[in-house]
Amino acid sequence: MNGPQDLGGQMGFGPVAPEIDEPYFHAAWERRALGVTLCAGAMGAWNIDESRHARESLHPADYYASSYYEIWIKALEVLLKRHGFVSERDLEAGTAVDPAAVPKRVLKAENVPAVLATGGPCDRPVAQPARFKAGDPVRTKNFNPTGHTRLPRYARGKHGTVEAVRDGFVFPDSNAHGQGENPQWVYTVVFEGSEIWGEGADPTLSVSIDAWESYLEPA
Amino acid sequence: MSHDHDHDNELDPFAARVRALETILTRKGLIDPAAIDVIVDTYETRIGPRNGAKVVAKAWSDPAYADWLRRDATAAIESLSYTGRQGEHMQAVFNTEDTHNLVVCTLCSCYPWSVLGLPPVWYKAPPYRSRAVIDPRGVLEEFGLTLPTTKKIRVWDSTAELRYLVVPMRPDGTEGWSEERLADLVSRDAMIGTALARQPA
Repeated sequence: MNGPQDLGGQMGFGPVAPEIDEPYFHAAWERRALGVTLCAGAMGAWNIDESRHARESLHPADYYASSYYEIWIKALEVLLKRHGFVSERDLEAGTAVDPAAVPKRVLKAENVPAVLATGGPCDRPVAQPARFKAGDPVRTKNFNPTGHTRLPRYARGKHGTVEAVRDGFVFPDSNAHGQGENPQWVYTVVFEGSEIWGEGADPTLSVSIDAWESYLEPA
Repeated sequence: MSHDHDHDNELDPFAARVRALETILTRKGLIDPAAIDVIVDTYETRIGPRNGAKVVAKAWSDPAYADWLRRDATAAIESLSYTGRQGEHMQAVFNTEDTHNLVVCTLCSCYPWSVLGLPPVWYKAPPYRSRAVIDPRGVLEEFGLTLPTTKKIRVWDSTAELRYLVVPMRPDGTEGWSEERLADLVSRDAMIGTALARQPA
């Protein structure tokens, strides 16, 4: 979706503000926000694509006014309500009022090291051979889907070159919406800065994205 | 300002919101608060940019390892026991005399947790995410890094599940250094691409 998350090339946000010796957390609640988000995800009710889509579906004004951990928590509330774990009445009361759906699993402290060390690999076998090979000229699709996608607006309808064929990966555009993993080949596609930004582009710049096969057409 | 009250009862609204959510989920038996403690401890004390610095130092010291890292970063990094969440599919990109690499996630905050730990706030915030792809030189200036005008800049937008680690160029004057000592020259920002490796003192 053309949501607030799709930031590449937007203007007006001001300078980057690197913080010297930045701590990992800027408030005690951020620690809990990280942990609650990971533990809730470990219940197995939604996948990473659905959670990304919940974050980018926040109202743009809310998204831009929120820190990243705030975005995480606001989206987590949406996911927990959607999947029947938390109700509006629970949130209003600030405590458990209504019964919850049954999770696939509950992450216990003793299992955390193994779960974090394993992560969630998203590579999958793809039955068909890769359509493109390194060096192929391609054009990215021009589309504006209302659902989740990982093709940023700045890279739509652009000519680029396949630099590498990666692997088969879960397709976020369907996986975010409970429509299956539908794995596709993923390619690193590189664009000249001038192809993306046109007049005034930095002549030394090239930008690459990692693109699922259905984002690409031969050029 | 009076300080004769209990600050624990004076949560700001967002802290209260997170605490309420944790309470609800705990009371329903959906999460284990002790698991949160382990997660926080892992990312606050165990997994951080020192991991990535050791990968870079090894690549600087061992051409065979560097070659492996270039071909199959996931396996090469796993051989040093750095695995897991947000490092499942790794790609190493090497700075050269000609080209400087810079990593961003314009769409969210994708970042190689297994080798760099949790991302800094600026990496997740709109100024960096919006400008890294259109004005990388301007962004780098804000980090105090001015690249020669002839240097090519390659920006890697992490739009899929590959996570990128920049291998900066090894500074001159470090011949014969141990990997341990070399790793001290490799900052988090150098492995994102917003800095170069430190020069030896």
